[in-house]
Amino acid sequence: MVDATIAYPHSDPHHLRGMEALGIAHSGPASKRIATGYGFWIFILSDMVMFSAFFATYAVLLGQTAGGPSGRELFDLRNVAIETAFLLASSFTCGLASIAADTRSTIWFQLGLAVTCVFGLGFLTIEGREFASLVARGAGPTRSAFLSAFFTLVGCHGLHVSAGILWLLTMMAQVFAKGFRPDILRRILCFALFWHALDIIWIAVFTVVYLIGSAA
Amino acid sequence: MLGKLGWSVIPFDQPIPLFVGAVVLVVILGVIAWVIVAGHFPYLWREWITSVDHKRIGVMYTLLAMVMLLRGFSDAIMMRAQQAIAYHSNGYLPPEHFNQIFSAHGTIMIFFVGMPFVIGLMNLVVPLQLGVRDVAFPTLNSVGFWLTATGALLVNISLVVGEFARTGWLPYPPLSELTYSPGVGVDYYLWSLEISGVGTLVAGINLVTTVLKLRTKGMTYLRMPMFCWTTLASNLLIVAAFPILTATLAMLILDRNFGFHFFTNEAGGNVMMFMNLIWAWGHPEVYILVLPAFGIFSEVVSTFSCKPLFGYRSMVLATMAICLISFMVWLHHFFTMGAGPDVNAIFGIASMIIAVPTGVKIYNWLFTMYGGRIRFATPMMWSIGFMVTFIIGGLTGVLVAVPPADFLLHNSLFLVAHFHNVIIGGVLFGAFAGYNYWFPKAFGFRLHEGLGKAAFWFWLSGFYFAFMPLYALGFLGMTRRMQHYDVAQWRPWLIAAAFGAILILIGIIFQVAQLVVSIRRRAELRDRTGDPWDGRSLEWATASPPPAFNFAISPNVTGVDAYWAIKAHAKQQDLEKREPDYADIEMPRNSPTGFVCAFFATVMGFALIWHIWWMVAVGGVGAFATFVAFAWRDHDEYVIPAAEVARIDRAIIAERRALLGLAGSP
Amino acid sequence: MNIFDPQGPIAAADKTILIDSIAIMLAIVLPTIVAIFAFAFWFRQSNPRAVYRPDWAYSGRIELVVWSIPALTIILLGGVAWIGSHQLDPATRVEGTGSPVRVQVVSLDWKWLFIYPDQRIATINALTVPVGAPLTLELTSASVMNVFFVPQLGSMIYTMNGMITPLNLRADQEGNYQGLSAHFSGDGFPDMLFDVHVISPLAFPDWVANTARSGQALNRDSYNKLAQQSIEATKTSYRLEDPELFGKIATRQIPPGPGPQLTTNPAKPAAGVGNAR
Repeated sequence: MVDATIAYPHSDPHHLRGMEALGIAHSGPASKRIATGYGFWIFILSDMVMFSAFFATYAVLLGQTAGGPSGRELFDLRNVAIETAFLLASSFTCGLASIAADTRSTIWFQLGLAVTCVFGLGFLTIEGREFASLVARGAGPTRSAFLSAFFTLVGCHGLHVSAGILWLLTMMAQVFAKGFRPDILRRILCFALFWHALDIIWIAVFTVVYLIGSAA
Repeated sequence: MLGKLGWSVIPFDQPIPLFVGAVVLVVILGVIAWVIVAGHFPYLWREWITSVDHKRIGVMYTLLAMVMLLRGFSDAIMMRAQQAIAYHSNGYLPPEHFNQIFSAHGTIMIFFVGMPFVIGLMNLVVPLQLGVRDVAFPTLNSVGFWLTATGALLVNISLVVGEFARTGWLPYPPLSELTYSPGVGVDYYLWSLEISGVGTLVAGINLVTTVLKLRTKGMTYLRMPMFCWTTLASNLLIVAAFPILTATLAMLILDRNFGFHFFTNEAGGNVMMFMNLIWAWGHPEVYILVLPAFGIFSEVVSTFSCKPLFGYRSMVLATMAICLISFMVWLHHFFTMGAGPDVNAIFGIASMIIAVPTGVKIYNWLFTMYGGRIRFATPMMWSIGFMVTFIIGGLTGVLVAVPPADFLLHNSLFLVAHFHNVIIGGVLFGAFAGYNYWFPKAFGFRLHEGLGKAAFWFWLSGFYFAFMPLYALGFLGMTRRMQHYDVAQWRPWLIAAAFGAILILIGIIFQVAQLVVSIRRRAELRDRTGDPWDGRSLEWATASPPPAFNFAISPNVTGVDAYWAIKAHAKQQDLEKREPDYADIEMPRNSPTGFVCAFFATVMGFALIWHIWWMVAVGGVGAFATFVAFAWRDHDEYVIPAAEVARIDRAIIAERRALLGLAGSP
Repeated sequence: MNIFDPQGPIAAADKTILIDSIAIMLAIVLPTIVAIFAFAFWFRQSNPRAVYRPDWAYSGRIELVVWSIPALTIILLGGVAWIGSHQLDPATRVEGTGSPVRVQVVSLDWKWLFIYPDQRIATINALTVPVGAPLTLELTSASVMNVFFVPQLGSMIYTMNGMITPLNLRADQEGNYQGLSAHFSGDGFPDMLFDVHVISPLAFPDWVANTARSGQALNRDSYNKLAQQSIEATKTSYRLEDPELFGKIATRQIPPGPGPQLTTNPAKPAAGVGNAR
């Protein structure tokens, strides 16, 4: 095909006056790593939009307890603090694993992810016990609109963490079987973004659901 | 073992759906049998089903849209017939059937005609216009398409197994709650949209990344063709709006299947929340559909006027303004809910503000024609038909954005006429313009002009006959979704509308004929230049159909209307004489991931609808295993050697030179 | 049913705004449509007299104009919308002659219940009101959503279970008008029609007295029977035994009605609803 390194014959018909070259001259398609990370960021943004719909719902339904228990009676902030600690610690170890991947250190990578997995499972266990005890006390999601919103929002985060753990185990297996191939490194990058994003969402859950919810 | 499934779910006592379903099933099985017997299956599998080529996927999206258009239109003509007959009588469709039809019609037309049509065209064209070899995530692209197809399949399965929703195209609770809709109809709706919604989201992420991160050298933002801009805007809206739909439908699923109380009448549920959430997605959705159409018209009007697009800067600004404002107007869908005057007025005015950039676009197309040399090819006919029709739709749209006027017209047939006016006159006309315009690019031969124009005229007149009476009916107080009525004044208008539907049917028959005739006469309609319309953007710089790698050498862009510049340059200095330095090209390998994953999604969706829990597990595990298997693959790319690239490209150039020698100008 | 034949001030004002808005927009829409045809015709390829400007794609002045025209129109229309929304807010009281008539409206499955709390009567599918008097309506729904709409009296509004929406209307001409539900609510939806009888203020007390004398009693029990789905051909009337009935419905002290079910049931799931939860 012909190469088009030529000027427009009748320069600048749209009177853009150089605006079209904004900033640096565009040098062509981005690398795969950049495009992958960028695309995954956009996915995370869309995921946050989904969470924001659940947050909005929770805010609307916060007072709709239908005569059932409210957040103040149900939430145990000590438990939630432990959950938060687990999740933040897991993010730290996930960061360590990313560094290990950058330096191609298989042992430290596997160790980092394994610890991350343990923290994640710990988080899920505490959350599962909290849910089970609520249901046992007659405060399950079918009790009131408020509890429906609570279980859905927190449960959706929990499902994300579960999916994250499944992904994490897959990545450990992949690195074990295939080593640090470029495409696997890109997946590790995406996984790390995902895991840290879950932390950010948890901070919002902690604040909106538990702190504001137990004040209401 | 089989959940709620049993022989009783097949409507043996209802001849129409059963017969239609049986015919469709026989046709599908016949086609599959023919494909296998005639030995086409390996070709289909290799070149289409497992293809990750954006052009092939774009074509498949468009094909899906056109097939579903036939289904959606048959619903439409049944409704028009029913309302023409059902004066003082029950007509021929009982309520439970009529109610399913209008629900299916809306759902199919929006989600499985409008969406795949525009996504298909974007997929086909945008990488070519940006001068790149593929989209950012080719395999995900295939997954997205097949998930959309899964949704369409589930909706059509509901024709024979069970029932479809009878709650309208947006299932407003509490009617759609389990208490009032105990059947599986709403579940079919919910699960097919959840699954196809994931597909749409994937397509959105993919195209946003492609436009923002994959552009050829020199293709700065303000040198992109307008279609790329509207693609960007539309896909940003997909990324920001579709998760809201996913969340909202998930809440309704939880309500229906697990006794949650988001939108129920009991235990503090709130139906108004559903309306707010669904329209927070629903209004951007309208612009998701229409913005790409605006882009198509920009390309078509400029090409067929032989001029650059007028007011490019204004167009970019208007596009992005629409993208932003479309999130701030959702409440105008329920002014009559009693929100109070301040809220109503603010949302009314915000809705009108969107009309400003939209109006600017109309004027810019108008002034693009000014001083042009207009060729009235089929795509241009659709564009002019659009401009006139869409203005009327815009007028009625702004009218219902005035709250007191909406107090009279809300939910009436006036409203139905309005949104058909903008969706047919805007989205569908745009899709047809794009289909006629880019068909030669995708297949290497043009569509038949005469039949295309006949289709256009029947569609256009059919549209006016079908929907202008609905405006009048709205003024006469007729509300939408009426299975029968006994107001004598309404009847003549409804008969006129039914006549309009028949005209549209003739238009569709002409479109089918156009496709068949064009394929049969493809030799004489062949486009050997790669540039049948004297185009301006980079998709015309390569052969028709383009080679797998699109461009042998990545083009270097130095201004807007990149290919126009290349041609002007070539005219001045004869054609490029220098042989480019060909290099090896890496292309993504085909993968059955999308197809297999969609197979499991279909299994899982069906099982979720019918509460067959073991099958849900099979589907879920299968889909996950598919992705792991894909991730385990050692080579995800293959290399086209430089020699092969050179051979293909030299052939293309030689053919063009020969043509140029013949015609004297490119 | 014609909204261009209004029979009350609200409908008349809604209609005026509607026509004004159309007129304002037609003022720019019609010239634009003419220009589209004119430009397309004049600049056709086969017209040798048309000047071809292959590179003309920018004119600051024209762009200024094309942004201003729609913007100015919208500013004008926005004013209409703002003022109209406030003047015609359904919750705003309407002036009128005589004492206001309070009506509590319940949309039941496929019929309308009109409760007159002050007159202690109730009717099905027939709304009788005195001409010229302000009508203060409070609306709710027994189960699913509906919209209360009398095209010739203006301003429709949603009815929702567990909520009360306010609406104020007035009828200025004696006569019979048709009302309907404007929001789909199940199989019987097209039959959710009601008659509006506008009678003279002198006849109204007689009508009330007659209705109170002849009707059956409306209380929780008879209401629960009414809440079953049905299409009512006869316009039954009731003596209102429980004046708090509407409040109990709206606050869900009386639980939501069983709601619309299919009138025919062709494809029933094998295990039915029991399996669903």
